[in-house]
Amino acid sequence: MAMTLDVNGKPLSVKAAPDTPLLWVLRDELKLTGTKYGCGVAQCGACTVLIDGQPTRSCVTPIEGLAAAKISTIESLGGAHPVQAAWVKHDVPQCGYCQSGQIMSAVALLTQTPKPSDADIDGAMDGNICRCGTYQRVRAAIKDAAGLAPPVPVLPVAPAKV
Amino acid sequence: MNAPVKPSDVAGATRREVVVAATLASGALLVGCSPGDLLSVGAKSEFGAFGPFLRIDPDGVVTVVSKHIEFGQGNHAGLAAIVAEELDADWSKVRVEQAPAIAKVYANTGMGVQGTGGSSAISNSWDQLRKAGASAKAMFVEAAANKWNAPAGELTVKDSVVSHAGSSKSATFAELLPDAAKVTPPTTPTLKDPKTFTLIGTDRVRRKDSQAKSDGTARFTQDVQLPNMLVAMVAHPPRFGAKVASFDAAEAKKVPGVVEVYEIPSGVAVVAETTWAAKQGRDALSVKWNEDAAEKRSSDAILASYKDLASGKTPATDKLKWQAFEAKGDIAKATGEAFEATYDFPYLAHATMEPMNCVAQVSMGKAKLTFGSQIPTLDQLNTAKVVAMLPGAVEIETLFAGGSFGRRATFQSDYVVECVEIAKKVGKDRPVKLVWTREDDMAAGYFRPLVHHTVKVTLDKDGYPASWRHRIVTQSIMKGSPMGVPELDETAVEGAKGSPYLKATPIVDGQLIQPDIGVPVLWWRSVGATHTAFAMEHTIDQLAKKAGKDPVEYRRALYTKAGANRHLAVLNLAAEKAGWPNTSADGWTRGVAVHESFGSVVAQIAEVKLVDGVPKLGKVVTAIDCGTAISPDQIAAQMEGGTCYGLSGALFGQVTLKDGTVEQTNFDTYRVLRNTEAPTVETHIVPSGNAPSGVGEPGTPVIAPAVANAIFAMTGTPTSSLPFVKA
Repeated sequence: MAMTLDVNGKPLSVKAAPDTPLLWVLRDELKLTGTKYGCGVAQCGACTVLIDGQPTRSCVTPIEGLAAAKISTIESLGGAHPVQAAWVKHDVPQCGYCQSGQIMSAVALLTQTPKPSDADIDGAMDGNICRCGTYQRVRAAIKDAAGLAPPVPVLPVAPAKV
Repeated sequence: MNAPVKPSDVAGATRREVVVAATLASGALLVGCSPGDLLSVGAKSEFGAFGPFLRIDPDGVVTVVSKHIEFGQGNHAGLAAIVAEELDADWSKVRVEQAPAIAKVYANTGMGVQGTGGSSAISNSWDQLRKAGASAKAMFVEAAANKWNAPAGELTVKDSVVSHAGSSKSATFAELLPDAAKVTPPTTPTLKDPKTFTLIGTDRVRRKDSQAKSDGTARFTQDVQLPNMLVAMVAHPPRFGAKVASFDAAEAKKVPGVVEVYEIPSGVAVVAETTWAAKQGRDALSVKWNEDAAEKRSSDAILASYKDLASGKTPATDKLKWQAFEAKGDIAKATGEAFEATYDFPYLAHATMEPMNCVAQVSMGKAKLTFGSQIPTLDQLNTAKVVAMLPGAVEIETLFAGGSFGRRATFQSDYVVECVEIAKKVGKDRPVKLVWTREDDMAAGYFRPLVHHTVKVTLDKDGYPASWRHRIVTQSIMKGSPMGVPELDETAVEGAKGSPYLKATPIVDGQLIQPDIGVPVLWWRSVGATHTAFAMEHTIDQLAKKAGKDPVEYRRALYTKAGANRHLAVLNLAAEKAGWPNTSADGWTRGVAVHESFGSVVAQIAEVKLVDGVPKLGKVVTAIDCGTAISPDQIAAQMEGGTCYGLSGALFGQVTLKDGTVEQTNFDTYRVLRNTEAPTVETHIVPSGNAPSGVGEPGTPVIAPAVANAIFAMTGTPTSSLPFVKA
């Protein structure tokens, strides 16, 4: 039984059973692998996508309720989105596995709150785990993308003289 | 369990190669051969004009071939910068590519096999890549000199352009490439004077993968999609050491998309057309386990048995002996009032963001693996044992990995072998992607071992250690190494062994005992230092208090006594930048700790306060001496990340076993550090002309004792077990 999903502005027909989590439909069927599997229980945020603009954990969201929804994944940002540009400028990623989810959460935050306070960032980003510990740069990049001065210089380190 | 190698199975091999393969399959290594050479039999060894470490395309793009996996450490930036510096390449036109698995060419010079670990990617590549870059540069210079009939000594190179001032001629690498590729590489290329470096040590050395890792295109094992690929999930036993007794696959096979169910040595595998079908099929399996040989103890009982060993209540035996790791003077002659402390450290999961996974395809005489391989040579060897091939002929395409922190480097290639076993059953070269769920990953073991320390120190009349008795009880990580088990498992004592504090103490008696426990254990970012740094550094603050001295001053005196100049330098730099001993007015208390690991020394001064009894971190001023700093920004990134990793474990990390079963299953029960709990790490680098040393791990072990020392300064109560926040 096929159903149609609106993914990144395109209507796409999918064959998966209605109770299949969106994550696996995106990854296995639509080959949109930028969205990652991390925990399967909405604890880590690696699978975050936007559904009608709201950051949503796709690993626990069955597709059956999404027929009328607008789904946006990391692939929809195009690579040069201001948040992505800030991520690259600050060299936020380390292993990189969680960063699609981090970026989607940040995009949702800045769309709703263009000049976020520290508390806003806390609220928006605490659901996204990064085991490499890139949190400090995540915050700096969000503030940079928002046009707010980062709390510390991007490069706090003076080059060592050898 | 491993398929025996029959000469007829090994396609196209010579008799010598068959002997090699058979010997490897038996688990032994031939004496007198380097493992890298031995394990490369069957591998390709032809490379382009500039050798195995770099390639230059007709458009002038320089591709640096990294023998090291990138799973966050930023090593690809550093490795590329080393080549680009000596080559004087245009940094914007330098890219990085992952090397294939060929141990005789790409061996880690410190390991003898191809592999990444021990924070050695930069340090073991330093000479090798400088020469590769310098050699290629010399070839371009010679090509230009011949073309322009100018003395090579008069030519200069900058940003991939060779110039001759005298004749005002210049040409790009792209233009000179056809001629340069024909030049015979110099046998001993001239390296730059480090004082003339223009790229290394500057903020221009940034990651090459940030764009791909910010737009979703970076390719991880989880993302591999191949034609006709199947996805596999495995039902594993609930206790370590249990085996399949019987299983019923009827319900699993009813799940749409499930293709087949196989029994394999590690459990029961369900292969399906999609990940979700594989999971549903696996969850529908009914498996009975034979637990006769299973580890059934609880972690509390294991810890209690460790304490009994340390206290002498349980005597050592012929099979379970104490081993000295530091011995000096006669401990029986130690006199005076003794300070005593014990420290307990729990099992810890690596909990990489990307759970373990692998893609394998197997057909007669051929095997290919596509995944984040940390020690390709071992993965080849362990695969070869399953599929009856020459290890060197097992092809590996190494991808980015979503973290490792040591987890992807097991002697047994646990999850790799599991995938290969399934792919062998499937056969026909059909790709199989093994996917572990978070729960599978958490329960699979290979934890940072449970550790118990006891410390007894007497002080001299000035308040400094006169004698130091140290006992460490923990499982051996090195047991099971195919390279042979060393006499002393250094991974259990490193950091206590060699400590400047022990150097400064006249009488030392440090001993280790390593009981056999059926829980798989492994290195966890910074390995032995994850516990030794805590035991040493937290003890030192307690001794300083006993002596009535400031903890920084106390350390300075001991480092001076021990001649530990690098420790002294990082401590002084951190203290200066943090304004020690000034305590800020806004409720923060500072804690200091210093530790050397992987050739680098790190000092941290952390701001800590207690919020509802839970440590909250502010700024962490960090100073590191890691020799020549290739990429200051990535060194800072590793200090930030390493601190978070160590802090996560120290605050919350704890794997417990109940009757042998792992109690934690996912991030809801294995708590990890989140954004609001992360400190702001400020990194300062000690200027150094020494060769580069480790960066990926040395930032991890220092924060836990720094926090404990801050809490001790605040409350007067020492910390005797981690994590700080009990579940």
